[in-house]
Amino acid sequence: MTPDTHGRLPASFTVPGTSSFWEFLAAHDPSLLPGRTLPPGEVTGALHGTTIVALAFDGGIVMAGDRRATAGPTIASHHIEKVFPADEYSAVGIAGTAGLAIELVRLFQLELEHYEKIEGTLLSLDGKANRLATMIRGSLGLAMQGLAVVPVFGGYDLDRKAGRIFSYDVTGGRYEETDFHAVGSGSAFARGSLKKLWWPGMSAEDAVKAAVHALVDAADDDSATGGPDTTRRIWPVVATVTGAGYLRVPDARLAGTVAEIEAMRRVTEPGGGDPR
Amino acid sequence: MTMPFYVSPEQLMKDRADYARKGIARGRSVVVLAYDDGIAFATENPSRALHKISEIYDRIAFAAVGKYNEFENLRVAGVRYADLRGYSYDRTDVSARALANAYAQTLGTVFTTESKPLEVELVVAEVGRTADEDQIYRLSYDGSVADERGTVVMGGQAEALSERVAADWRPGMPLAEAVQLAVRVLGTQPGGEDRVLEPAQLEVAVLDRTRPRRAFRRLAAPQLVDLLGVATEQPADPPSAS
Repeated sequence: MTPDTHGRLPASFTVPGTSSFWEFLAAHDPSLLPGRTLPPGEVTGALHGTTIVALAFDGGIVMAGDRRATAGPTIASHHIEKVFPADEYSAVGIAGTAGLAIELVRLFQLELEHYEKIEGTLLSLDGKANRLATMIRGSLGLAMQGLAVVPVFGGYDLDRKAGRIFSYDVTGGRYEETDFHAVGSGSAFARGSLKKLWWPGMSAEDAVKAAVHALVDAADDDSATGGPDTTRRIWPVVATVTGAGYLRVPDARLAGTVAEIEAMRRVTEPGGGDPR
Repeated sequence: MTMPFYVSPEQLMKDRADYARKGIARGRSVVVLAYDDGIAFATENPSRALHKISEIYDRIAFAAVGKYNEFENLRVAGVRYADLRGYSYDRTDVSARALANAYAQTLGTVFTTESKPLEVELVVAEVGRTADEDQIYRLSYDGSVADERGTVVMGGQAEALSERVAADWRPGMPLAEAVQLAVRVLGTQPGGEDRVLEPAQLEVAVLDRTRPRRAFRRLAAPQLVDLLGVATEQPADPPSAS
């Protein structure tokens, strides 16, 4: 952001050829790209975000994330949000080093909006997924220092008229998932849960319930994943993406869903095994 | 070897200004009007892909007349400028005033230092929470900036058209009336009969203050038919027939 002596817009602003904000930033001022200036060595005390689940239903996808962030053994936040709208027709959820992940999401949202404004059209869903892969690959150096960011991306494909989900690895590998996916420390438990709860052609309502149920199961077994907090009334972030766009499920509805799931799980007989 | 002719700076600037003005006057006009819920932009433009009116940021839009390649370049620079500012600071820190200044410096520098001035005229507009907070800046080829209230007309026959707009415009018009006025004015021909422009020939967009984040919205032909349809039902309304 250093205009020349006349105050004229810098030359990099008027160079034609790219519709990508990421590429513009890399040419104009690479120091603004996240994580490029980090020195080598261990970073301690950074926040970690945990479990995100995504599943496809008939006509769209559901993405849900718990609200906990941890710094080592400490719970650093009870209400962090890890599922975001990437644009009108897609959602991105992130697990891993929270500071970098949130910055990456901000840049990804901007990247899609920037393209839309410059070109006058939306990127295809595959185009968006590939763009995210490139950005993940750009922070591979950070991943090797233990600051990995692993997203899950999903959206409504306006050409195919269906919901699609993409998973990633730290090297920027992009893999399409046909049914469901989970990332983060509680993902193994969430995936196990979804294996039993998901079926092809399920409705949006069932999918929302399955997503919350999977997060409850993950929170049950993973200390870094937070379950629905009925004391503080903090519910997971749950969003659907359909032909109507990105829509966050309201808290009032989630409270009902959580109550239903808890009623299902509640032990009715005296617990704790036989008293000795 | 021949000696270069001496040209006085006054003459040089005048020649450049004439050159730029001629280029701008060749193009179709753009009308910008404030209405009750925002700011409307309209121009005659049969192309669906090469826009003269565009979104810059959440509450900011851009309209231009003149040479397409030159204002397109400025538009892209404006989107980059706004997105970079919003990314470095916050979305609320991007203002039309700062962008208008950056454009003014760019246009002014090109006008005085380069061999050819930019043959463009721009409007940068930002919609506020209320009509009083709306900002409309008009930028000329030489970098001069004007802070306009309510209406702007740029391009060929701008003066004649802006008189007609000023005669009929009033603050707080509903959108349909504002668009009808703009389209009526765009159809005016000097010394000829007024043309009736079809929705397919028009490019119309609004900055709508009631929309949550991104206020910019294009009005496609079907929406224009609805908005203009009212006009055909109320004929015999020649406000300033010339």
